[in-house]
Amino acid sequence: MNPRPKRKTVDPSVRDAAEIYDDRSSYADVADRISGLVLSPTRRGWIIGFIGAVAMLALLKYSLYRLFNDGIGIWGINVPVGWGFAIINFVWWVGIGHAGTFISAILLLLHQKWRTSINRFAEAMTLFAVACAGLFPLLHVGRPDRAYWLFPYPNTMDIWPQFRSPLLWDVFAVSTYATVSFLFWFVGLIPDLACMRDRAKNQVVKTIYAVISLGWRGSARHWERYEKAYKVLAGLAAPLVISVHTIVGFDFAVSVIPGWHATIFPPYFVAGAIFSGFAMVVTLSIPIRKIYRLEGYITDKHMDNMAKVMLVTGMIVTYGYAMEAFMGWYSASQYEGFMIWNRMTGPYAPFYWALIACNAIIPQLLWSPKLRKNMLVLFIISLVVNTGMWLERFIIVVTSLHRDYLPSSWGMYTPTVWDWTTYIGSIGLFLFLTLMFIRIMPIIAISELQHLAHERKHNRIDHDQESIR
Amino acid sequence: MTKKASDNSSIYHGVIAEFSTSDDLIHAVNESRKKGYVQMDAYSPFPVHGLSEALGHRPSNLLVAVFCGGLIGALTGFGLQYYLSVIAYPYNVGGRPFNSWVSFIPIIFELAVLFAAFTAVFGMIGRNGLPRPYHPVFKVDRFEGVTRDKFFLCVEADSGEFDAKKCQAFLEGLGSSYVEIIEK
Repeated sequence: MNPRPKRKTVDPSVRDAAEIYDDRSSYADVADRISGLVLSPTRRGWIIGFIGAVAMLALLKYSLYRLFNDGIGIWGINVPVGWGFAIINFVWWVGIGHAGTFISAILLLLHQKWRTSINRFAEAMTLFAVACAGLFPLLHVGRPDRAYWLFPYPNTMDIWPQFRSPLLWDVFAVSTYATVSFLFWFVGLIPDLACMRDRAKNQVVKTIYAVISLGWRGSARHWERYEKAYKVLAGLAAPLVISVHTIVGFDFAVSVIPGWHATIFPPYFVAGAIFSGFAMVVTLSIPIRKIYRLEGYITDKHMDNMAKVMLVTGMIVTYGYAMEAFMGWYSASQYEGFMIWNRMTGPYAPFYWALIACNAIIPQLLWSPKLRKNMLVLFIISLVVNTGMWLERFIIVVTSLHRDYLPSSWGMYTPTVWDWTTYIGSIGLFLFLTLMFIRIMPIIAISELQHLAHERKHNRIDHDQESIR
Repeated sequence: MTKKASDNSSIYHGVIAEFSTSDDLIHAVNESRKKGYVQMDAYSPFPVHGLSEALGHRPSNLLVAVFCGGLIGALTGFGLQYYLSVIAYPYNVGGRPFNSWVSFIPIIFELAVLFAAFTAVFGMIGRNGLPRPYHPVFKVDRFEGVTRDKFFLCVEADSGEFDAKKCQAFLEGLGSSYVEIIEK
């Protein structure tokens, strides 16, 4: 036997992770703590949030009742602004739905081990945001009962969708994204659902977890395939994330409307999506880690890293705004020039400048390490960014459409009360789903955290042995 | 000899031993292999690297399947759009060719990813023999620890010359904290 241990290279991200997780917690602690969140009685903070979410959800239901009863005439859309709140909200929600898969897939491939305690929760958030996003085009088509016409299927009318249109690409992109995000989330959940099954005391609860965990038993043979499947899903989801918001960008960029017809749209939309997605993860994780006392898992270091991602993507978005303004002048196109001037000084100018303040100026506070560690400030900035990203889509959709080429077809867009209630209601739907998820599913990936603790322990042993030699 | 082995494997699923660390588990796997046991499976709360190799399991060919799935998805995407835009419903948009393949790329990509992801997930679940809510190892009460902090080695009854009592004594000798014979 050779007593000298083989020299192992230490993955620097594992070393960094040591400052992210509480070193003393054992595998059992992780399993008991996270499953205990679900199996213990409901917290007061959760109940308060749930009541609010249900009230907002009721508002959505009533708005939809009015919409289906009276038609989309109850919204403020009309010629020339035919894409009102429905499309603004769609793009906003899809954008928010990008952070989950970004955190899960791209950060996994980049070996950013700190992602482990926020990925589960961010993936769930992605699914719910995409569900809210999917709602709006269905409502906007005016006849939601015929929304399946969007898909190519053999029909008695003998017509087929137009494959050269980005709107159809969008149908495929968003439905693929929703499906793959669900699969990714579910595959990650399987071992943890088995953990819930083994921890649950109540027989009914145990049976439910046993069924949805598919009878997972942690076999070595299973783990080998599982890890391969999980990694390859991450590899597939990474370009998918980029493609989805690129295609949402194409929805605008492929048209010939001044203010939409810009090559910068796809990359700048993707950056904006990640910007708003991280803002939403920050908005949700600050209260959650407080209510459930998860500071040992979702640490200040996590918040700091997410704030840095917001800062970077915020500046990419700012570059996009600068380029739009520059191209308005440099293109020497009368319509492009008018469009940008109208945005800055026209009837919607206050919204434009509010957007610049929210997305370009206020996030600069995140340069300060002290402010990144102040949860109140970070929470407020994340809300500001979410507002800013909503305003960005408002500006893009409304200001580009309300001044057409011919002054005779100019008009104004004013949202009605039903636009607002549907929008607020969709936030209610999102919060409702998120709170349900927190109540019944393990919000932190148990087996992944245990795996990380295992890797770290082994690396440290190697270190010790090296230092002894 | 074959008769005896088949008798055993008809009564017993195998012998399961509990360990507290992954190193103990890997050590036990190596010793059992030296002893001549072939059919074994190990259970752990998280993937333990090197365990599958130590058990002598062949690596799965899941990635090949995923690649094929993606390829089929891409071909489906192109085939669908070509058939509908050129043959079933040719429609002249601004004089562009019917087979305007450049604008078909996004949907080809999306369907490739979709099919590959389905192959990865259902391939993994299907080849793992899941969903399977009942399995002999679940009869062991302490097996609940497998999703918490315990590691298990199960020497299965169709493994060479299997004798439940001998195997139990052998596994106890490897420093296992708990050994149990599992019946079918």
